[in-house]
Amino acid sequence: MSTDRLVDYDEVTTRYEPVIGLETHVELGTASKMFCGCSTTFGAEPNTQTCPVCLGLPGSLPVANAAAVEATIQIGLALGSEIAPWCRFARKNYFYPDIPKGFQTSQYDEPLCVGGHLDVDVEGQTYRVEIERVHLEEDTGKNLHVGGSTGRIHGADHSLVDYNRAGIPLVEIVTRPVPGAGAKAPEVARAYVTELREIVQTLGVSDVRMEQGSLRCDVNISLNPVGAPEWGTRTETKNVNSLRSVERAVRFEMRRQAARLDEGDRIVQETRHFHEDTGTTSSGRSKEEATDYRYFPEPDLVPIAADADWIEQLRAGLPELPAARRTRLQQEWGISATEMTWLANAGALGLVEETVAAGANPADARKWWLGDLARRATEAGTDLAELAITPAQVAELARLITEGTINDKLARQVLDGVLAGEGDPAKVVEAHGLAVLGESDELVAAVDAAIAGAPDVVAKVQSGKVQALGALVGAVMKTTRGKADAATVRRMLEERVLSS
Amino acid sequence: MTATSRAVRTDLTTLDVATLQQSLAAGEVSAVEVTRAHLDRIAADDGRLGSYLHVDPEAALASAAEVDRVRSAGGELGPLAGVPIALKDVVVTEGVPTTSGSKILDGWRPPYDATVAARLKAAGTVLLGKTNMDEFAMGSSTENSAYRATRNPWDLDRIPGGSSGGSSAAVAGHLAPWAIGTDTGGSIRQPAALTGLVGHKPTYGGVSRYGLIAFSSSLDQAGPMARTVLDAALLHEAIGGHDPRDSTSIDAPVPGLVAAARDGARGDLSGLKVGVVTELGGEGHREGYGAGVLERVAEAVALLTELGAAVRPVSCPSFDLALAAYYLIAPSEASSNLARFDGVRFGLRVGDDGSHDLDEVMALTREQGFGAEVKRRIILGTYALSSGYYEAYYGQAQKVRTLITREFSAAYADVDVLVSPTSPTVAWPIGARVDDPIAMYAADLCTLPASLAGVPAISVPCGLSEGLPVGLQVMAPALADDRCYRVAAALEAAQDAARGHRLLDELSTAAGAA
Amino acid sequence: MSNLSRTDVEHLARLARLAVTDEELDVFAGQLDVVLDAVARVGEAAAADVPPTSHVVPLTNVFRPDVVTPSLPRDQVLAGAPAAEDDRFRVPRILQEEA
Ligand SMILES: [Mg+2]
Ligand SMILES: [Zn+2]
Repeated sequence: MSTDRLVDYDEVTTRYEPVIGLETHVELGTASKMFCGCSTTFGAEPNTQTCPVCLGLPGSLPVANAAAVEATIQIGLALGSEIAPWCRFARKNYFYPDIPKGFQTSQYDEPLCVGGHLDVDVEGQTYRVEIERVHLEEDTGKNLHVGGSTGRIHGADHSLVDYNRAGIPLVEIVTRPVPGAGAKAPEVARAYVTELREIVQTLGVSDVRMEQGSLRCDVNISLNPVGAPEWGTRTETKNVNSLRSVERAVRFEMRRQAARLDEGDRIVQETRHFHEDTGTTSSGRSKEEATDYRYFPEPDLVPIAADADWIEQLRAGLPELPAARRTRLQQEWGISATEMTWLANAGALGLVEETVAAGANPADARKWWLGDLARRATEAGTDLAELAITPAQVAELARLITEGTINDKLARQVLDGVLAGEGDPAKVVEAHGLAVLGESDELVAAVDAAIAGAPDVVAKVQSGKVQALGALVGAVMKTTRGKADAATVRRMLEERVLSS
Repeated sequence: MTATSRAVRTDLTTLDVATLQQSLAAGEVSAVEVTRAHLDRIAADDGRLGSYLHVDPEAALASAAEVDRVRSAGGELGPLAGVPIALKDVVVTEGVPTTSGSKILDGWRPPYDATVAARLKAAGTVLLGKTNMDEFAMGSSTENSAYRATRNPWDLDRIPGGSSGGSSAAVAGHLAPWAIGTDTGGSIRQPAALTGLVGHKPTYGGVSRYGLIAFSSSLDQAGPMARTVLDAALLHEAIGGHDPRDSTSIDAPVPGLVAAARDGARGDLSGLKVGVVTELGGEGHREGYGAGVLERVAEAVALLTELGAAVRPVSCPSFDLALAAYYLIAPSEASSNLARFDGVRFGLRVGDDGSHDLDEVMALTREQGFGAEVKRRIILGTYALSSGYYEAYYGQAQKVRTLITREFSAAYADVDVLVSPTSPTVAWPIGARVDDPIAMYAADLCTLPASLAGVPAISVPCGLSEGLPVGLQVMAPALADDRCYRVAAALEAAQDAARGHRLLDELSTAAGAA
Repeated sequence: MSNLSRTDVEHLARLARLAVTDEELDVFAGQLDVVLDAVARVGEAAAADVPPTSHVVPLTNVFRPDVVTPSLPRDQVLAGAPAAEDDRFRVPRILQEEA
């Protein structure tokens, strides 16, 4: 791989304006494939989820999966697209071993959904990403490259093909070119994919797991000199498979293209590949030698004619979408837009909402999820949602504090217990005797002992240096190993020292 | 028992299926006897006829024996139990070699049954074998088979028509009582006409395409090839009707075809309005048509009048463009349908010796696996779909299709059926047209309009010219297949009566089982 | 309007993955040129208001319910394969990156 010259990122946008575009493929979570009844379960033994149809055996014919069509329409509706009253599938003809029929059944000039937009927030500013189209197609099989050291296609001795994934319904969401993001282009790209992912997740039509390939991105980027009337030549970086990679791929391409343009070179319109390990892109097949796909209407499938009733029925079935939900919760919880963005970015929105639903007040719920729990998730290298604690348990923890059973300090110990699988907070408190001490005999004894053990401090306090009381509080807290409530201890000390 | 005495008296291979079915049901003959009679005939005659690509006598006899066993045990049997049948090799059959006449599928044993095959199995038929065909159904003479030439039983030096020429030769030569053919641009009707059979192309969507190796998806239909109109109707009813595995399958009841055939055989066509298509052999459109063919067709039309039909000429100007449209649409779809033959998942692979990459292996496999006509059409179709040419060729051909469909609709507003010759000529000598694609393509002139419009059409024998069979084509509106059967049956009955015997009976004296 | 050159045929054969021989190129170029001349007649139906027909059946919205049906047993899937390894279809090395 040749090393590309790069321009410092901060410099790029002093001379160039980026235009980005994204093509996102979402594998739908239907039970069966797009055109046959084979299961779509991830991770099955190779070639065990195949049949004459998805193997493209001679004579086999496709029949479209109703649920996949409806899911596509729902995605379109969620993005504000127009649903085509009549459209057809098309054949995209090319040869590759992972496409069993020698063509991919896709949509060409008649997508199921047209137009729409998605607004994304980056650092308090809203960027509108216009949607070009949303269409339905089928996924390819998977090639495994054997021999050679890297497992990559180059240097491989031969390849092995598994068609389990072939024919899984795939929705392609294509944006229009997005100008105007400037230096924020990488973040805008990432925010768009993040938001899209959340929408799809909310619709429940895909598990959108990027690491399993059920959401994949191709990123288009071009640069034009600041103020230039026309956009530059774009490159298309394929298979960018994490949110972080989306941002990195855009950033890298901007730096690389800027360097080429600085030197007076042309940008070649080409496909590039993103390398997860280095964060770089490298040239794939250039578009000059692009194949002619010879699209034509798929004669084996009849047109889809979505009538108004059907569309309205699907619209009525849409759940509350992420943006609307954020607006509603922001109002309900009385928080700022920035705080809402933090919550959303931390993946804590749903957790906080459930915690509130379980009885916690919103401020407490936010405090725990964004504070201690977020830190522990980071330490463990996992997502918040994967921590071994439920919103109901967090709510219970908050209640125990409000009721005075425990204090914040003890609460952290309770968390340890819950996360270690010791059960609900109350049970952990019980098991470890973590409840704060009321004006119990034990506490009275500890207070008396502290007074008796420090006559000099008592004298200081009584002579007017009330702040010296802190030393006595500390002593009591120490004896009770933090189980006492500091305010209670202070009050008890004041009563005894100052009134005598 | 009468079974043996009757079997001795009658050559079981000469019976029509309607009769055979009754004898089987009545226990007068056994399925094994019927099957063995056909297998014997195949063993004796197919060496020179070349109608089959695959015959498995043991399997055929075993399934016949099973029918007999169930029958003697009083078990449940399908309506066609014990009736032998031949399937064009384009029909996918589980575990039974299926090649579509191509080397690229040599040795392939499919893991599933076509819906047509499955329905025939369920009806109790006994599979005699798979019949020869032009490779991937591309041809009008069966000379494009990668395996062997098939000869016309009427004259062994002539072609049996195509692409279902193996089926037509087998049925006309009494090597099967009936057979399944497929018709994309005339491949059932033309070979039926050229061998003196009845052949029907159903309404597009009337018979499932699931498991038919696709040539041109928007045109392909499977249908019956038989010696009588009634048999064709019986077979059509057995395979027809909605199939959820085929998205283009029409979810409507199949009209009573057997009833229509029986009704037609009574010979009364009064009230029927018949249009004779001017553009297909009519005034000013006779170039390339055999004089004898036109005479026989004129006689058949006259006979329809005698049977009470009102006959009038009908002009459909766009039919002149059918040939051009067809030879763009079919190759275009074929270029895509045949892309799956890439040597990856099934069939032939060439050049996998470590010296070629996958791309080269695909190209070598396809180069060596496909015959010249297939390659010619793939290249033509690739061109017609390629960017910059799509609109002028494929797009324009689809507009012609619209015009032809409109002209059919306009015609059917005035008449019930349209008639024409099925083929412009009688069967030609083997080899006469192989180097001239245009001459070969012209063989489909009369059958193409119905294919492009998706309407049903039947070919029914209407006499001989130069000692060779001529067929009349009867076309009806979509879903009105019953009209084809009714008119064809009336004509058949009237001609048989006038002749004193069936046309096919003359075959035994023409070529005979020498 | 046609005039299919030898080079055109070569390009088309490449698109269609046909390793045609030189002799075939010559024969095909000649024959296809004749055929193209004949089929170019479709241009006579030039009327812009005529919609193209891709499907002759007046059907729309033919779907199957999202229900899993049995797949083929793997031994049957691989039985017809020209080459198989590790339960997968084996193909020679792929040089072309991706389509
Ligand atoms: Mg796509
Ligand atoms: Zn499948």
